[in-house]
Amino acid sequence: MNGTIAEVPAGEKQVFPEERGPGRGERLSALAQQHGALLTLVVAVVVASLCFDTFLTGDNLEGMALSSSFLAVVALGMTFVIVTGGIDLSVGSLFALGGVLAAWGSRYGTAVALLLPLAVCGLIGLVNGLLIARARLAPFIVTLASMLGARGLLLAVTDEGANTYLVDKSTWFTHLGQSKLLGVGVPVWITVALFLLGGVALRRSRFGQYVYAVGGNEDAAALMGVPVARTKSYVYTLSGLCAGLAGALNAAWLASGVTILGNGMELDAISAVVIGGTLLSGGAGFLSGSLVGVLLLKVIQNIINQIGSLDSSYQQVVSGAFLAVVVIAQTWLARRRRRMR
Amino acid sequence: MTELTLRATLADRQRLRHLLQEYGVYAGVVVLLLVNIAFTPHFLSTENFRTQAVQVAPIVIVALGMALAIGTEGVDLSVGAVMALATSLLSLYLGYGLVVALLMAALGGVLAGLASGALVAFVGVQPIVATLALMVGGRGLALVLLPQLKDVRNSGMNTLGTGSVLGIPYLVIIAAVLAVVVAFVVRRTTFGRQLLAIGDSRAAAKLAGLPVRRVLVIVYVVSGLLAAVAGILATARLQASDPTSLGTLMELSAITAVVVGGTPLSGGRVRIGGTVAGAVLIQLLTATLIKHDLPPSWTQIAQAVVIVLAVYAARERGKR
Repeated sequence: MNGTIAEVPAGEKQVFPEERGPGRGERLSALAQQHGALLTLVVAVVVASLCFDTFLTGDNLEGMALSSSFLAVVALGMTFVIVTGGIDLSVGSLFALGGVLAAWGSRYGTAVALLLPLAVCGLIGLVNGLLIARARLAPFIVTLASMLGARGLLLAVTDEGANTYLVDKSTWFTHLGQSKLLGVGVPVWITVALFLLGGVALRRSRFGQYVYAVGGNEDAAALMGVPVARTKSYVYTLSGLCAGLAGALNAAWLASGVTILGNGMELDAISAVVIGGTLLSGGAGFLSGSLVGVLLLKVIQNIINQIGSLDSSYQQVVSGAFLAVVVIAQTWLARRRRRMR
Repeated sequence: MTELTLRATLADRQRLRHLLQEYGVYAGVVVLLLVNIAFTPHFLSTENFRTQAVQVAPIVIVALGMALAIGTEGVDLSVGAVMALATSLLSLYLGYGLVVALLMAALGGVLAGLASGALVAFVGVQPIVATLALMVGGRGLALVLLPQLKDVRNSGMNTLGTGSVLGIPYLVIIAAVLAVVVAFVVRRTTFGRQLLAIGDSRAAAKLAGLPVRRVLVIVYVVSGLLAAVAGILATARLQASDPTSLGTLMELSAITAVVVGGTPLSGGRVRIGGTVAGAVLIQLLTATLIKHDLPPSWTQIAQAVVIVLAVYAARERGKR
């Protein structure tokens, strides 16, 4: 019904003798849903490297990896939220708030610079989660409210946006954003590590099972003893933490807390997750897909930048259209598979 | 105490709560008015009332469409972007005359609504996602059409923005007329009943043979058209097209107005009077905080708190 079949590796799937396995069409649909993004990414990279000499250069790739890493961390938390069948519209504001708090806190040392945004954004995420899980309010309206509230808090902290806090260039905190390890920026390494951790948590831990169960069928999960409310609270807290951390890393990279960042980031994160094969209806999805989704968005953005004559407004048009196309395709594939079964 | 009296008090309490939820928004408006009359200098002036009314008019118009979408258990996040799209189209076609420009702006809203409506009704995409795509893509398109702010020098637009009849600005009259029309449609027409039935239970409405898809598409088209009208009126008031900032966070204000006004997010009910009062409440709240020198950031935080409280209150009603 909700596409959870896509989650079960073929080997583990129970096949009754009187039943034939999934038909070829169904398998193809499942493949398209799961790996369509990867295929599109490969095509986009090939096309881009054929069209632009500057695309496959070290500098360009490195820049893309670095700028992808912040969105990727946000998309990581978003994936957990969407797998539970929810949505988090506050991440853009929390990203900006996290950056400003980190930049402000950096004058008191790296620990404060990292812990302050994590504490504040995590707390806002927790409040989101409690309102959604315990008070049973609609996720989109709760997180829409905290999108507004967090942006308000950000403006209050920065004197209505007039204050930009600078990060001292010689601290450990700046190294976190600007240094390189084996020629690759530290934020990229952190992102890769977080995705490995998150992947294990989602696929191999009990918490991960709970996340899938809640998204698959909340009532059934509750009947089976899954702590639904707690799982949901954790998921939104995680999303808040990820957005705050991404903001902090971004501030370390830019060496300042910029107040106007993060507008529309929730859409980019949601797009990346959905493009990566996670179903918006919940219950199915995987982190590696979200990473591919982020890279695909960045490659498209890079192509638009390379064309040069197109102004940046087209990026918004393209990503909006792209999301629409992917959602239509996903809905169509899901319906097709349901009909085949 | 007998069981009968106990039951009576419970019923009383329930009725009280029901009254509060149904009419709380009007009480809120009255309280805010009284507070302002008592504590805000120069509040009681015709000039001030006119300013407030003119500012609230676009919110009311957008919220009317939002109320319909929410009544079908949907939502329209694209309204702010559609306002921006309308203002860009208006400036773009003003050279061909005011009527052409107005029609093109309205057409933009209709097409945007058609796109969201088709995604929701025919493809089966959740309304949040369908309209989220347009929320970002639409503003991008608006900026592609008109990259920066542009003055609108047109006598017709000028009259629309600043003119009035018997001291009542055109903007306010248009908003009031639209509110009455939408309220009539919801309460007295077959379409209104179908809309509410779909919001109550889409599956049941389908089984009952209602034209579910058609109604859904019309609802989003109406929402898009109303947002475009609000965009035109806001442009007329500012005498400028500003696709970058026109209508930003409008979706939030509209949803707040609708929800505060007593329309549940779960659909099946639409309160147009409450929606108008909700929009007035938001405007008054913002004006009060600004007049007492609280920075805009605090109005944002206050609005966020109001949304959550209103939704929380609406939740109680659902449980009854």
